[in-house]
Amino acid sequence: MKIAVCIKQVVTREWQLRVNDQKTWIRDQDAGFELNEPDAYALEEALRLKEKQGGEVIVCSAGPARATQVIREALARGADRAIHVESDALAAADADAVADALAGALKEEQVDLVLTGLQSDDQGFGQVGVVLAEKLGMPHATLIMEVQKSNGGLRVKRELEGGWFQWVELPLPALLTIQSGINQLRYATLKGIMAAKKKEIRKVTPAAAAPPMQRITGIYFPEKGKKTQIMQGAPAEAAKELIKRLREEARAL
Amino acid sequence: MILVIAEQRDGKLNRATLETIAAAQQAGTPVKIAVLGSGVDAIAAEVAAAEAAEVIVIDDPALTEYTADGFVLALAALIAAETPERVFLPHTYQTRDFAPALAARVQRPLVTDCVAVTGSGYVRPVFQGKLRADVAVDGAHVATFQIGAFRADAMKAGASAAPVRKASITIDAAKIRQKPEAPFKEAKQAVDLSQAERIVAVGRGIKAQEHLQLAQQLAQAMGAELAASRPICDAGWLPMDRQIGSSGQTVAPKLYVALGISGAIQHLVGMKGSRTIVAINKDSEAPIFEIADYGIVGDLFEVIPAMIAELNK
Repeated sequence: MKIAVCIKQVVTREWQLRVNDQKTWIRDQDAGFELNEPDAYALEEALRLKEKQGGEVIVCSAGPARATQVIREALARGADRAIHVESDALAAADADAVADALAGALKEEQVDLVLTGLQSDDQGFGQVGVVLAEKLGMPHATLIMEVQKSNGGLRVKRELEGGWFQWVELPLPALLTIQSGINQLRYATLKGIMAAKKKEIRKVTPAAAAPPMQRITGIYFPEKGKKTQIMQGAPAEAAKELIKRLREEARAL
Repeated sequence: MILVIAEQRDGKLNRATLETIAAAQQAGTPVKIAVLGSGVDAIAAEVAAAEAAEVIVIDDPALTEYTADGFVLALAALIAAETPERVFLPHTYQTRDFAPALAARVQRPLVTDCVAVTGSGYVRPVFQGKLRADVAVDGAHVATFQIGAFRADAMKAGASAAPVRKASITIDAAKIRQKPEAPFKEAKQAVDLSQAERIVAVGRGIKAQEHLQLAQQLAQAMGAELAASRPICDAGWLPMDRQIGSSGQTVAPKLYVALGISGAIQHLVGMKGSRTIVAINKDSEAPIFEIADYGIVGDLFEVIPAMIAELNK
């Protein structure tokens, strides 16, 4: 099977978020970046499918030049080659623009299967994968917890809400968004990191972007809805005060 | 016109639909409500109690079981016929499965996971709920609403039932590429956390599996059950049946202690009904503090031992 995995580079979860002066996005010049965690599960699933079925895993990322970092990471974990749709405008683009950029790069590849994560840690649209399926004319299924090969297609386990699941069959080529937790992630080995240096990263310039369909006009920290009583002081002091409040005020202990 | 797409399964209305109707009523008029499925007259009658201009039913055997293709076909036809300025849906797993394809098919922007409607657009969380974004959108569009962002009891009932009309839309079943099997539940959960009086829950902040022991000791000292947010169970550090949140269990104990849990909405929906919520986190901006009654901003590995020592005094 020829499998494409779409990955995104996002700021690390540990980075203390700062808003830019225009208050329209974050000030990420001094941020650390990492592979969007939900995408790591999609990559892992693609590598496992290749190990079982044979074939090729192509990683595809739409983002600025710095996204090379996560592309290298994916190649080091075992992907065979990569496509980087490179544009600064893709760093904070809307879902439609990102899906357009990915679709443009993937159309000519004629892949059997496209995998994406369920959403990104930054924009959190939760829609790029499904929009991409529509743009590629592929059937799709989302929040997938297991992938089986069936006659001429796939049988996949979809997660529904409240502990419910459902098996769905669909023909190939298809697109799946992978639910986090479907598998245990592998990490790059030294051998993998060395091998990645020789792997191909094809750069693609995206077609001129259509005007954005939606845009962020302001970004800010949410107001706190509830007054949290913060226990101050050294850990021992704060812990003592907290336990006292839980016993005497909240009567929860 | 705002068109709300109701969600139902097996003849039961998803309550999140009522929240979305409330959002639509606050956003403008007229509001129409669409119900899709097969044999859904009872659902149509139920939503017709809301103050709305009309309830439109798409009743087709091809919609008996939910499929993404079936719903996109049906709703693209409905949107073409009714030309609503806005289409509203609850941000459920089902919506996430088809709404992006629908929006792309009808070439409208889709604004997901909205928590408020403003004059020019919507407010939605970004960076896992740590920041909020004001989003502007021009022209006709589709929007989905975070569960709990609007209250179902804020939905206005009509003076009389809204008229119900059957849309003349038929679905070509041959165009549905997904073949679903019957939904099922995994083997019965071994741990019923909903019965626990107190819960100590761990999140990413615990950093390594060996540190769970520390959380376990705190749980023991408090007489609490140990639970976790999704990433901990995804990593295999605790079994899936100890997971709290939209994909795990929903709990409302007397005391909920969140250790190193940032408070993504998927977790909050599973525990926000708890009577007393304690958050311990090194990040004072973590969204969990939005709903916590008591908090300590600090290092878990200093605070937890201090709490255990205090409890054991």
